[in-house]
Amino acid sequence: MEAGVAQFLPLIILFAIFYFLIIRPQQQQQKKHQEMLSSLKKGDKIVTTGGLMAEIVKAEEDFIKIKLNDSVIVKLDRAFVSKKLNSEMKTLNYRVVIFISALIFGIVFSIPSLMQSEGGKKITLGLDLQGGLHMLLGIKTQEAVKSRIKSIAATLKYMLDDNEIIYDELKIDDESISFELLDDEDVARVNKLIKEEIKGIVLKNSGLKYIVDMTPKEIILTKKSAILQAVDTIRNRLDQFGLAEPTVAKQGEDKILVEVPGVKTPEQEQRIRELIARAAHLQMMAVDEDRAARVESMSPNEAKKYGDVILEDVKSHQKYLLRQIPILDGSMLTDARVGFDKNNQPVINFTLNGEGGRIFGDFSGKSVGKRMAVVLDNKVYSAPVIRERIGGGRGQISGNFTVEEAHDVAIALRSGALLAPVFVMEKRSVGPSLGADSIKASSIALILGFVLVVLFMILYYGMAGLIADVALVGNLFLILAIMSLFGATLTLPGMAGIVLTVGMAVDANVIISERIRELLHDKNSIAKSIERGYSNAFTAIWDANVTTLIAAVVLYVYGTGPIKGFALTMSIGIMASMLTAILGTHGIYQWILPKIDSERFNFWFGIKS
Amino acid sequence: MELFRYQEPIGFMKQSKRFSMLSVAVVFISLVLLFTKGFNYGIDFAGGTLIQVKYDGNAPLKDVRDRLNQTKKYKGASVTYFGSDDEIVIRTKSSSQVVGEDVGDEIRTLLKDSGKFEVRRVDMVGPKIGNELKEKGLMAMLLAIIGILIYVSFRFEWRFALASVMALIHDVTIAMGAIVLFDIEVNLDILAALLTILGYSLNDTIIVFDRIREGVRDIKSPDLGNIINESVTRTLSRTTLTSLTTFLVVLTLYLFGGEIIKGFSFTLLVGVIVGTYSSIFVASPILLWLGFDVQGFRAKEAAKLKREKEKEKMRAMYEQGTI
Repeated sequence: MEAGVAQFLPLIILFAIFYFLIIRPQQQQQKKHQEMLSSLKKGDKIVTTGGLMAEIVKAEEDFIKIKLNDSVIVKLDRAFVSKKLNSEMKTLNYRVVIFISALIFGIVFSIPSLMQSEGGKKITLGLDLQGGLHMLLGIKTQEAVKSRIKSIAATLKYMLDDNEIIYDELKIDDESISFELLDDEDVARVNKLIKEEIKGIVLKNSGLKYIVDMTPKEIILTKKSAILQAVDTIRNRLDQFGLAEPTVAKQGEDKILVEVPGVKTPEQEQRIRELIARAAHLQMMAVDEDRAARVESMSPNEAKKYGDVILEDVKSHQKYLLRQIPILDGSMLTDARVGFDKNNQPVINFTLNGEGGRIFGDFSGKSVGKRMAVVLDNKVYSAPVIRERIGGGRGQISGNFTVEEAHDVAIALRSGALLAPVFVMEKRSVGPSLGADSIKASSIALILGFVLVVLFMILYYGMAGLIADVALVGNLFLILAIMSLFGATLTLPGMAGIVLTVGMAVDANVIISERIRELLHDKNSIAKSIERGYSNAFTAIWDANVTTLIAAVVLYVYGTGPIKGFALTMSIGIMASMLTAILGTHGIYQWILPKIDSERFNFWFGIKS
Repeated sequence: MELFRYQEPIGFMKQSKRFSMLSVAVVFISLVLLFTKGFNYGIDFAGGTLIQVKYDGNAPLKDVRDRLNQTKKYKGASVTYFGSDDEIVIRTKSSSQVVGEDVGDEIRTLLKDSGKFEVRRVDMVGPKIGNELKEKGLMAMLLAIIGILIYVSFRFEWRFALASVMALIHDVTIAMGAIVLFDIEVNLDILAALLTILGYSLNDTIIVFDRIREGVRDIKSPDLGNIINESVTRTLSRTTLTSLTTFLVVLTLYLFGGEIIKGFSFTLLVGVIVGTYSSIFVASPILLWLGFDVQGFRAKEAAKLKREKEKEKMRAMYEQGTI
């Protein structure tokens, strides 16, 4: 839920900025204008919308009498008073001030991204532009439930043995444990013991037969924690692998998103994938010496009957008969490092925690002369004969390792085992050279498209076009700055979104310029044409942009990966264009209004007459 | 420079029958294409693996095909040039779930001695994800349309909303038809392009509708046809200019933006053209046929204004304490 709100945050903040910069000033401006109109009194100097300067002779309800010069007195509709003249004329208006501040804001905050400098917040390049590995992983949570039931069985067995209760046929079938007591005097004691010691289970017994199931709540909890554990474990492993800024995050209910930028070669990528997928389940298992001789002819089912399991050697594929319930496992490991044995082969030295060390010591003390197998991910790496009690809680895994492999296995062991195996649902990997090509191509398109539009606007609208172009430049800087501040990711479709915004951002100015031209053709004054042009064009631009924004926001919410980037740049672009193209250009016109020459319409607005 | 200067209304609505025949025909052909040939779904939606390989020098297309055909798993995989002679793309339906070893790794080993090459991109999408993306895409399209319908009804009137959405469906259908006709692979980026067309075409239509809304208030003639003619003519200059700048930009994207976004920019090119056409020749006639009631609208507006005035008067009287 929090993530849901968080993903809207940039848009909400943008809207807030937007509201305070455009909508509120506009409303306040209107209010001020209204107040000014109602407060007009005799003797005030005013400018009409038509641009005439006059002095008020008498203020009536709807019309006011004004004096143009000493001899001409006319009536004027109150609504056509443009402004009251104060002693000082402002040349800089609030619109220009906002626009210039926005422009400075844009330039300052886009510098880190443009210069690729060290400090400051920057736009991150998407994996499709800088190269890297993107994976969506699924988790087989059912496996976590199975292993949880196994560990419950181990606890149960330990408990029954410890209390010297005689039982038979302790078995695990899929997701439930069953066993049978031999003595009915034990029933009450066993019920009490299990209730006290083991949580999250449902106990069913009829007579001497027992069935233990996990509660549905416990199953859900186990699945959930398996996902969280997998996210943590994979993140740990990638952090230790040594590449810059990998992302590992839970996505949706049961998926994990993994993004690793900066992967150089397919070989390196494969290594990373192997590191992620490695279960890293380390076990110390006792060899069943009594039946070991028959291992070659024994079936897995027969082995299961004895409580044994048959595993193969990683190199020679020799079969071992091992006790199913391990002596200890990787959860008691505190450290694992790469080392070299006397033949200069890479090995992994590991250290156990206190409890593990004690169990290891006790077992080795009791089992001198017997073999103990080091098992990693269900493969036997070695099965040396125990010569004496091994204290200190240290051990070694030696096997068919390359140095790189040993390094990765050590990382995986240190980060802990994956409770449930992961599988790939989606994978995208882009080589760095392709990313660079994409940046080059889309930059060329952006620059070319930009230059074409800029030239076209000047050619068609003259100075009005140039003003629109200034707004366009401001728009680009604003997009970059806002994206930098949010640390947004720029993807290839995102670049396309910016290119498209360039085309669509000038639209507002085309609409405004056309309106101004229309009004000029109808013989309106320049000042009036500009003011009326902006107010006439506003509703059209507003409605058009809001509807486009609706489409972009839907795309942002429902899009995945690169598409989100496209929707983001589009949304930012649309909102920024309202600021630059409407407010900014309006301010510039008001600023330079006194300089606009009514003789040179062609130069200023690109029209004759 | 001034290309279009408003002189008098152009009789668009008189010609509307002809244009609507054209639109109906093109939409029909598009639908036939969609339902007979159908989309060529890329791996994003259909699942599968795509591998982009760049060779030093010309890519040995035949050799690559032979090598793949010798294996059981990749028999019949499609191998095509991608943008240039030294780059190829291999597409296969198979995908693997195993994290450690994937199709990309296998293909790399298969092509080992076919020349000096670099694997530049491996995209693999499992079948489950593909369906999820398809559902999400459709959902996005529907939601966008519903959102737009609500907003336009709120800002204009329901007939305007209906007309603009019908124009939208017209545009998107034709764009989809073009995608099928030119055998463009439909991936996520095409979905994004279609949604952009949705936004763009609507943008165009709204600008024209805004002028019609203004015309309904200001133009003296009570005949909707005349009002539409005048409004469309007055916005003609803007419609063509904006379409032109957008077209220019999308064209540079298509020509120089790189092979990966070719499909995306092509779809947009079609969209810009169709969107411009529809805002003039499709949306407005539909508005005419839906029988938008000018007199009624004016009466309603007048009544609204009157109510507001009266309220104001009442308030003023209260404030002055004269009631």
